[in-house]
Amino acid sequence: MKLRFLSIVAAAALVAACESAPENTGAASGGGVSAPPPARTAPAGLVKGSKEDFIANVGDRVFFDLDKSSVRGDAKATLDKQAAWLKSYPNYSFTIEGHADERGTREYNLALGERRANSVREYLIANGVAASRIKVVSYGKERPVALGSNEAAWSQNRRGVTVLN
Amino acid sequence: MSRIRLLAAVAVTLILGLAAFASPTLAEVRIDITNGQMRPLPIAIPDFAGSSGQETQVGRDIARVVSADLERSGLFKPIDPRAFIQTPASLQIQPRFPDWKAINAEALVQGKAEIGPDGRIRVEFRLWDVMSEAYMTGWTLSSSPADWRRLSHKVADAIYKRVTGEDGYFDTQIVYVAESGPKNDRKKRLAIMDQDGENHRFLTEGGELVLTPRFSPSAREITYLSYFRGVPRVYIFNLDTGRREALGNFPGMTFAPRFSPDGNKVIFSMAEDGNTEIYEMNLMTRSKVRLTNNPAIDTAPSYAPDGSQIVFESDRGGGQQLYVMGVGGGGANRISFGDGRYATPVWSPRGDLIAFTKQKGGRFFIGVMRPDGSGERLLAEGFLVEGPTWAPNGRVLAFWRDSPSDERGRGQSVRLYTIDLTGVNERVMITPVDGSDPAWSPLIP
Repeated sequence: MKLRFLSIVAAAALVAACESAPENTGAASGGGVSAPPPARTAPAGLVKGSKEDFIANVGDRVFFDLDKSSVRGDAKATLDKQAAWLKSYPNYSFTIEGHADERGTREYNLALGERRANSVREYLIANGVAASRIKVVSYGKERPVALGSNEAAWSQNRRGVTVLN
Repeated sequence: MSRIRLLAAVAVTLILGLAAFASPTLAEVRIDITNGQMRPLPIAIPDFAGSSGQETQVGRDIARVVSADLERSGLFKPIDPRAFIQTPASLQIQPRFPDWKAINAEALVQGKAEIGPDGRIRVEFRLWDVMSEAYMTGWTLSSSPADWRRLSHKVADAIYKRVTGEDGYFDTQIVYVAESGPKNDRKKRLAIMDQDGENHRFLTEGGELVLTPRFSPSAREITYLSYFRGVPRVYIFNLDTGRREALGNFPGMTFAPRFSPDGNKVIFSMAEDGNTEIYEMNLMTRSKVRLTNNPAIDTAPSYAPDGSQIVFESDRGGGQQLYVMGVGGGGANRISFGDGRYATPVWSPRGDLIAFTKQKGGRFFIGVMRPDGSGERLLAEGFLVEGPTWAPNGRVLAFWRDSPSDERGRGQSVRLYTIDLTGVNERVMITPVDGSDPAWSPLIP
């Protein structure tokens, strides 16, 4: 109960702090512990095919379970949309960032982040995105977006982010 | 911390009290540091004598550094100079042992500082056993004025070695990652300092993320991970020239580097296509050999001091555990079997122990085990403690502690600590900003 409350607070803080908050990824079939990111509407005047369009209308990130790098069920919906969008706008190359929460050792988390980024990469390739457009980079636990030392924050930080170049 | 300090003080008080009633013993002053002994040796370290104002100042500074080194080790208890009876000038002629026995000093340092016409500092010291009135050790060394601290650390090293029988570790440096800024935009710079926190300087500007620096055996080079131009790769930093050089161009991220004991090779991990393996690069030929071949994460490699074996962590069995393999790679034996996860193994310079980070029940620990996995002992615990590194004598570890923060990132504190193998004498290292990823140098050549 307390955990759930914290999740909501953290998610709200995240949205408040960050214009690039992910769109609601819908069905949370993966059974992840994180609260699903809240839905938001795209600001008026977004140019279709822009980076802002990608972030607001597709969602630039997916989340992972603790110490896992497999793509969760709820992440597949986001990645399906990412693949469709990226195929519609083939001029973009992009980097997939893999991240971990702070509850692991530094070097292991670098490797784990790479695993997560690679999972996203493979999913997108399997859905028709050209491998030559994709780079991956792992930041391990070095770049948290949620700052609390609690599960709500950690679940937001275990993420793969698709960053358009 | 304060509780440990109090216990130590109580122990000292008890022993001093007993010593007052005990008849003087002629046994040599000696500390057995393998016994987890609680009683630090009372030692008198008067100012090193000088015959000019400048020499007197240098002599005072040297005594202060020696005293601080020995005190921090937890094995010595420098006596407050205000209790001294014999004056430094008189001490130069001849120690008057009853004066030192009267204040319960068991060891006495007699030192002199001279500044030559060329400006060089010449330091002479003698260590005396007060009870038996016997000379224990001493030498004369000189250095440029800029290196007066090194001379002081060498005095402390000589005293430590004569009394404990183990090599000292005071004439050494620490390289680490200096951290500043908010938790989600942390600026990280390589920084280097003497082991007592002095002569601190930054090696990088903070423009790119840097992690996990480690010394070469000569202590003149540092291998580390840098995100220079956004690409995480292993680099080597030359402290003499300031030059930074990428270890090579690799298809994947390279990280977790360490020098081999002979300094001719660097061992590291490369992550590619979701798989992390361990590689070794010969720095002369630049040829690269893959040492693991497993779909798991194989990382954090560290050589045995004789160069014959490598300890590393792998999640090939599920969670992170420690494995040992021959230096050529191939078959690896798991050595950690306790509850929890084991990471960041580092082989002791003595070869007798492997230090590690352990995660269990939501807590982190720093511990040691023998290379066959037996004799596990946990030395430090916290919300997050990570990254042990050995002092060159294999008796003291440095590591870092991170504290939890709230939703705005407030409360985070990342600090370097040292702890000895008894697990009792834990000390914070003084750094100008937060610090993580410490690496202890060998004794400076």
